Formats: sequence, C-alpha cells, structure tokens
Amino acid sequence: MAVYEQTYKRYAGPLTPEWNRFLIIPRHAYRGVFKSKLFTAFFVLCFVPLLVEAILIYLHHNVNALGIMKLELTELIPIDATFFQTFVNLQGGFAFFVALLVGPPLVSQDLRNNALPLYLCRPFSRTEYVLGKMSVLMILLSLITWIPQLLLFLLQSYLEGFTWFRTHLWLASAIFIGSVVWILLLALISQTVSALVKWRVVASGAILGLFFIPSVFGEFINVVFLTRVGNLISIAALMRNISSGLFGTFVETTGTIRIDAFDGGFREIILNEPPLWISWTVLFVICALCLAVLSRKVKAYEIVK
Amino acid sequence: MALPASAQHEVGKDLPLADSAVIDLLGLSISFGGRPILKNLRGDLRGKAIGLLGPNGAGKTTLIHTLLGFYQPTAGTAQIFGHDIVDHAKQIRGLVGYMPERDAFIAKMSAVHFVRLMAELSGLPPEAALERAHEALFYVGLGEARYRKLETYSLGMKQLAKLAQAIVHGPKLLFLDEPTNGLDPPARLRMIKLIREIRDSGQAHIVLSSHLLLDVEECCDEILILREGQIAVYCNLEEERKSNRKFLMLETRGDQPKFVQAIKELGCEYAVTGDHRLKIVLQGGVEVRDLYRLAAREQVQLRRLSYKRDSLEDIFLKAMENGYGGL
Repeated sequence: MAVYEQTYKRYAGPLTPEWNRFLIIPRHAYRGVFKSKLFTAFFVLCFVPLLVEAILIYLHHNVNALGIMKLELTELIPIDATFFQTFVNLQGGFAFFVALLVGPPLVSQDLRNNALPLYLCRPFSRTEYVLGKMSVLMILLSLITWIPQLLLFLLQSYLEGFTWFRTHLWLASAIFIGSVVWILLLALISQTVSALVKWRVVASGAILGLFFIPSVFGEFINVVFLTRVGNLISIAALMRNISSGLFGTFVETTGTIRIDAFDGGFREIILNEPPLWISWTVLFVICALCLAVLSRKVKAYEIVK
Repeated sequence: MALPASAQHEVGKDLPLADSAVIDLLGLSISFGGRPILKNLRGDLRGKAIGLLGPNGAGKTTLIHTLLGFYQPTAGTAQIFGHDIVDHAKQIRGLVGYMPERDAFIAKMSAVHFVRLMAELSGLPPEAALERAHEALFYVGLGEARYRKLETYSLGMKQLAKLAQAIVHGPKLLFLDEPTNGLDPPARLRMIKLIREIRDSGQAHIVLSSHLLLDVEECCDEILILREGQIAVYCNLEEERKSNRKFLMLETRGDQPKFVQAIKELGCEYAVTGDHRLKIVLQGGVEVRDLYRLAAREQVQLRRLSYKRDSLEDIFLKAMENGYGGL
C-alpha cells in the first residue's frame, strides 16, 4: 500500500512476538506523559531524596569528606534497615503523587472516547490491555522506587564489603517486595478508579479520597474504641505495617492507655497492632476487588440487559 | 529489528482468499440477560462484500461483535476462515479489521500516531507500523491532515481515520459498521468509493453493516438480512434481483387491444404504459410461453420482453414481510 500506488494491499511482513505486545501501551503513553513540563520537573524532583541517600552512604565511607564537612561519623544516620526503610517509604510517597498525576486518565480516556473496541478487536486481550495500562505506572514508579534503591544497596555493599552484602541481603528483598507491593497497589487502585470514573479531575479526587478518608475513619475508630483495628481500613497504615514487617521493624504493641475504673482504680489497655498476616490478607482483598472491577469494566462494549 | 523466527510469519498466510466460506454460522445464538438477540443463525457466507441489513435491533451489530469475540455465544458458534470464534478469537482478530459504528479514537493523539499504535497492536513492528500508518492515511484521503489531533477532526474525517485504523494492518476481512453514518453526500461518496476499491482489490472480504440500502446496493455482492435476530434472507444480490420473474415488460407490434383483452382473460394484471408497451404481472400457473402462444394467436409481434429487476428495497421489504430464509 505504497503512497504512490494508492491501492489496498495486505501486510506481508514479519510480526512482533505476542508476549510483549502489552509494552506498546506504555511506550506510546510516555510521549503524552512527558509532554507536560510540570510533570517532568516533578519526576526529576523525585530523584532528589535518592541523591541525598547516595551522599549519606558515600559520607559513611569517606573520612576526608566528613573532615571537610566537620562531621563525626556518629552524627550521621546509621546505615541499617531503618535507613533503607525510611527512604523506601519516602519514595513511596513520591510514587503516590506520580500515580495521582499519571493514573487517572489512562483508562478513563479510552472509555470516554470508546477506544476499547479498537484495542480489543485486535490480537490484544483484555488482560494485555490492563497489563499494558498498569505497566505505564509500574515502570515509572519502579524508576523512582526499587530500582534506584537496589542500586544504592549495591553501592553500600560495594563500599562496605562482601560480608555486609551477605548479611544484609534480606534488605534487598525487603526493598524490592515492599516497593513492588506498593506500586502494584497504586497501579491497581488508580486503574480501577480510572475505569469507574470518566473524568480525570474526579478520578484524581477519588484516588485521594480512597487513601485519606479511610485513614481518617480508621484513626477515628482507633481513638474512640481504644484499639488499633482501625488500621485495617487505612491503606497507609496497612502499608506501614507491611513495610515494617519486611524490614524487621514491626512492633506489635504500640502503646498502652490507662483509664479510670469505676472502683476508683485504673485499667490499662494495651494497644496491639493487627497481626501482619491480617494486613496482607486485607491487601489481597483490595487487589482482588480492583481486579474484579477492572474485569467488569474493561470490555469492548457493555452488555445492556 | 530482528524478530524471533516463530514470529516471522505473514498475516493470514495459511489462509489464502479462496472460494471457501468466509464466515460459517453454526447455529450461533446470543442472549443478553435471558433475552435472545441472535437465534440459531446458520449458513456460510462467501461473498467478497456482504451487506448486513436489517431494521434497528435486528442484531446486525451484535452479530459483528460476536464474530469479533466481544460476546460469548450462548449456543452454537461460528467460524471465520475456518477458525472458531471462541477457541481462536485472537488468531481471528489478527485477520480482521473493524470500523466501529460509534465515534472511537484515542485522545490527544495525532491521526498518524493513532493509526501507528493500532498497527503495532495488530503485531506490526514499529517501523512498518509507522510506514503503513502514513500509507493508510494517504489512501483514505487524510494525508494532509495526518499530523492533526483527532479531536480536531470533523465527523467525516473521523470516519476516514476509523477506516484507516481498520485497514492499516491489511486485514483479510473488514467489518464496517455503518461507515457512512453522519457523512455529507460528497464524504459518503468518497467512503463508498474506498469500500469498492478495497472490494475490487481482491485482497480483503468486506462485511458492511448498514441501514442505508443504497450503501449496500453500491458496495455489496451478497446480502444477509436479519429480522428479529434471525436470518430473513441471505442471497446473491444480482441473482436475487433477477429471480423475480413475475413482473414483465413487453413491447409489441400489431393489434394490441385484442392482445390486452386476451391477457385479461388469462387472469393477469396489466397496465398499458404506451402505444406499444405493456406491463404484466403473471399469475400462478401462467408462464411466459402462454404469452407467446397468445401473441401468435392474436398475430401480435413481441418485439421485447424483459423482466423487471427487483431493487434492494424490494428484496428488503419482501424479506421484512415474508421472512423467508435464503439459505
């Protein structure tokens, strides 16, 4: 079908492999995403804490630099599980805002413009579509979370030596699993909201609401009923517990409260965090719900019964 | 770009265009919420361009969507180029192109970017996809506007862009759902011309769904008329037009009044349309040879005898009245 011929001709060339066709979606989506200078600037900003982290690791192993800065080694934050957990959580916060900016229009625009039949009338399944749309976020978020964190872990291992690397290898898995769980959750929730709400602003508001309203409500339950069960409906609290569990910093008892009893004495209530397995279970339930909604909404055409 | 050997195959190479059935309906039924939409459709469609006709709600679009694998059949199945629509849905989608009825595009994209993305999703490598996107847009007449955002296109241009995305990967079968919807007369003519060109290229079969009989009449060689989810008629348009052999037009020389009187006595309806011209509707049991016999008896010359051809409208209306199956 050459331009000068102006006739219809079938394509007779080679085809790309099917297994990685879902990656076509992120490749084309990034053109639009990085057209916004504001977003590009914000994305660059996401790397600043990683730079600080790298400098801190470097300072720990460079006496001359410490001398120039007139600092003692003991004044620096120790490089341990808490160090990495802090930065993983910080990057998780940035990832949330990236998801908030990129996620909402991904599916909603296609639904609004009836584009789903165009995708699904090709050798491209609904699963590949969802996977493609999710990978737009997952690749972006990986670039600011687990990939640089693992590189920094390797830098620390290189500077500290093989023994440190061997004894702290579990930290690498904690960084990887913690980050991947978080970005997977972000990608799923933003896609689900995007599939339910056709308007970008409303979808962004809904994502914010999903993260913050249950947190406030959960905290309300905690305060009123003197418990920590409210954390189970707060996504932020769930992720905090899961992250702590992965980095080995999970504390089951997070406080005690003394209340006056009727007999004039007092009663002590121990505040226990919900067990980790319950947090994981709730997380799985949230993911399953998101997948169920996506499976219902991502269709070429809605069946009107 | 190097591709694995397994991926290096031609689209539909194993399925050459032949006289075999393009679409084989094997008792295909579809129900939504217990309400039957398509009822036990059977038959094999072989035409180069098949017109899908029927009143609103007859199931035309549902049939196309089912063939594309958007809906699962409630009972029965269908085959496209011998591939089952349920078991080999993905394989079939590699062989077909689809132009949806409703406005459909991907936002914030130029036409060339959009068509390229669609080509890549069909399996074309990025370079080939870009090349063919340009070609497809030139082919449909959007060459000059191909870098414009789709949102800025007029309705006619959007229809052409939809056609471009449907043909960019060079499908063997093209489903066109109401392609002339909302087009002004020049744009409609352009669309019809393109469809005919694709049909005449012999590279692709076309299934054209439309409620505009004229569109189907101009583009299709076969028609499938649906009524209430069932096949009312499936026929070759040209043969069906000729098949109505009861309405005759005659040109005579000689004593026409006597001949007309004899026709009347034979029980046929007639109308004199000119000095030597007659229109006759043959009644049951009366055949053309009876007319020749009468003409000989009354010593009238039959200078011309021709059958009036049914228009598509006649065929359609007849199908709506009778609901006979042409299969």
